[in-house]
Amino acid sequence: MELTGAEITIRCLQEEGVEYVFGYPGGAVLHIYDALFQQEQVRHVLVRHEQAAVHAADGYARSSEKVGVALVTSGPGLTNAVTGIATAYLDSIPMVVISGQVPTFAIGEDAFQEVDAVGITRPCVKHNYLVKDVKDIAATIKKAFYLAKSGRPGPVLVDIPKDVSAQRTEFVYPESVKIRSYNPVGKGDSIQIRHAAQMLLDAKRPMIYSGGGVVLAEAAGQLTELVRLLGAPCTNTLMGLGGFPAGDSQFVGMLGMHGTYEANMGMQYCDVLLAVGARFDDRVIGNVEHFAQVPRKIIHIDIDPSSIAKRVKVDLPIVGDVKLVLDELLDVLRSSKQKPDAVEMASWWKQIEEWRVKGGGLRYKNSSEIIKPQYVIETLHKITNGDAYVASDVGQHQMWAAQYYKFNHPRRWINSGGLGTMGFGLPAAMGVQLKHPDATVACVTGEGSIQMNIQELSTCKQYHLPIKVLALNNRYLGMVRQWQEFFHGNRYSESYMDALPDFVKLAEAYGHIGMRIDHPADVEPALREAFARKDDLVFMDFRTDPGENVFPMVPGGKGLSEVVLAEEL
Amino acid sequence: MRHIISLLMVNEAGALSRVAGLFSARGYNIESLTVAPTEDATLSRMTIVTSGSDAVIEQINKQLNKLIDVVSVMDLSEGEHIERELMLVKVRAEGGDREELKRLTDIFRGRILDVSAHTYTIELTGARVKLDSFIDAIGREPILETVRTGASGIGRGNRILNQ
Ligand SMILES: Cc1ncc(C[n+]2csc(CCOP(=O)(O)OP(=O)(O)O)c2C)c(N)n1
Repeated sequence: MELTGAEITIRCLQEEGVEYVFGYPGGAVLHIYDALFQQEQVRHVLVRHEQAAVHAADGYARSSEKVGVALVTSGPGLTNAVTGIATAYLDSIPMVVISGQVPTFAIGEDAFQEVDAVGITRPCVKHNYLVKDVKDIAATIKKAFYLAKSGRPGPVLVDIPKDVSAQRTEFVYPESVKIRSYNPVGKGDSIQIRHAAQMLLDAKRPMIYSGGGVVLAEAAGQLTELVRLLGAPCTNTLMGLGGFPAGDSQFVGMLGMHGTYEANMGMQYCDVLLAVGARFDDRVIGNVEHFAQVPRKIIHIDIDPSSIAKRVKVDLPIVGDVKLVLDELLDVLRSSKQKPDAVEMASWWKQIEEWRVKGGGLRYKNSSEIIKPQYVIETLHKITNGDAYVASDVGQHQMWAAQYYKFNHPRRWINSGGLGTMGFGLPAAMGVQLKHPDATVACVTGEGSIQMNIQELSTCKQYHLPIKVLALNNRYLGMVRQWQEFFHGNRYSESYMDALPDFVKLAEAYGHIGMRIDHPADVEPALREAFARKDDLVFMDFRTDPGENVFPMVPGGKGLSEVVLAEEL
Repeated sequence: MRHIISLLMVNEAGALSRVAGLFSARGYNIESLTVAPTEDATLSRMTIVTSGSDAVIEQINKQLNKLIDVVSVMDLSEGEHIERELMLVKVRAEGGDREELKRLTDIFRGRILDVSAHTYTIELTGARVKLDSFIDAIGREPILETVRTGASGIGRGNRILNQ
């Protein structure tokens, strides 16, 4: 039987086991929406803005091992989706975005709602396709899913013109895919892995630095075992949190711009650095020249060869699937008679302890007068037993959540690390909640970020998503204000948010529960009450200290040891 | 340093713009870029002349390899290779200059493709330096227009860009 292109598209999603499509209809995708309507297997979630559709698909993917799927119309639907696509691209999130396009005969004529979707998204997708023939839809979607999740994952766009979605052909879903020019790596080079094992065993001051790649590769177990086997300190990037349990004594905290003193000093002064699924980005190692001033040997495991030796010189590159490489490395280490030198390791830990003391750990001065944002996160951790999914927006609140919510499991910390997209938090939390209907999902946000996608409170109502929104409301675009305080002579240019809405009333207007919390003593009771409401979305407006800053801080362009600690200011 | 990179890619719509886009997005130089289908019509072969530090060239190679449409990449300048470029030059050719231009064209093993009362159109093939020296030899003054294809390159002997 012949099916329309639209029906084929939906059949493909069924074949891929897609549970949810996050989307928004429009002219160019009407056939596809019609096909969606006539089946029940793939459920559609109607967001209120296409950016949110993509973030929701993204949150769904980050909190699971699955590919997120979004569906948008041509023109403005697609352009609205671009921020979401770029967000997923920079964090290597597996995703398929299907967009409608004007009919093939109208392409290039500046038709109504026409944009060059393939051209606009090219720099922020792993790959993209314009399907010009109904016969190609099935094979293209098959390829899109394969590309999205294999190798270094990423978003793939499939642009389908309206006439193509109406044409008919036989539906055959290919069993397998082969793309001649695409051969993602699997195992790493065994000889290199042996070298790596030897370097780690010979190290006097080894350090393990892991990133989002460990989380994406489902290699947290392997990483944890490796760190314990070596007895070395481990740090995670913002994207890698949960890859190694934060509660473990070998965890020295997050590194980078707002990382702990001991993590950053450890990076700078170790003699062998093992980087796993991390890419030495500017917010992580700061100034490259400064980083290179101190000699150390670097082993870098990554699935993407272009991530290796991009910013720093690497002594031992291992290209491969992080999980497979770590498995093999563990085998070599386990079968080796040599153990790391206990005396050297002890003195290395003594040094790290000294840094921990000097840096003062993560700390803030709590107050009984005014709510400290860090206290809110600590309390959130306490009452959720550290077991919640935490989706975050971007700003100071994001850094405090990363620092103070001690993630013990991968895929619990959902944030836009690479692009730093304000507006990501709430829609991402929707994707997480849909994937994990019984789990506790918190969205930590700021009064600035939340307003970038606040319309999604309506989506949350429609789909009964009992997300707990914690707005750390400091009345400022706090992170901007912090930089202005430090680097622009306290000139708070456009970082004060006047005329904020009454968030309690706003939440109520959307049919949710709103709470305003002004006093530190009310923080814990409010959180308890909110989280006890299992079936409701509760929006908590915490009035926090407007002057609070995120510490430690390695100022932009500075080196890892040039950190500003809290007391120096 | 100047590098000449050869690559094979699947002949998909937009493949060229992926390569060009990569160079502009990442701030890499392109001195010239040539592309045409090969004997296998599903593949196109491209020659890119670029320049940059060793680290940049390494990234260019890796980033090109990462493009889904790219089948293989080779930095020709890492070994023995042949490089050729085609140039067409239209010059003012009048009076005594006509003989001199003809003579220089012969010396450079060029050909005069088109003759009019006042002009010659000369064809020349060779490596970039040879074409440059021809221009120097005839001088800028008589040149009415030039068009160059940019370099095409191929490895010597057994150096073959695999499919
Ligand atoms: C879409 C977008 N626009 C601008 C920025 C720049 N930016 C980074 S943090 C920040 C302030 C965020 O304010 P808020 O959400 O209130 O959080 P806070 O820093 O106060 O915790 C801004 C404007 C961004 N990251 N994303």
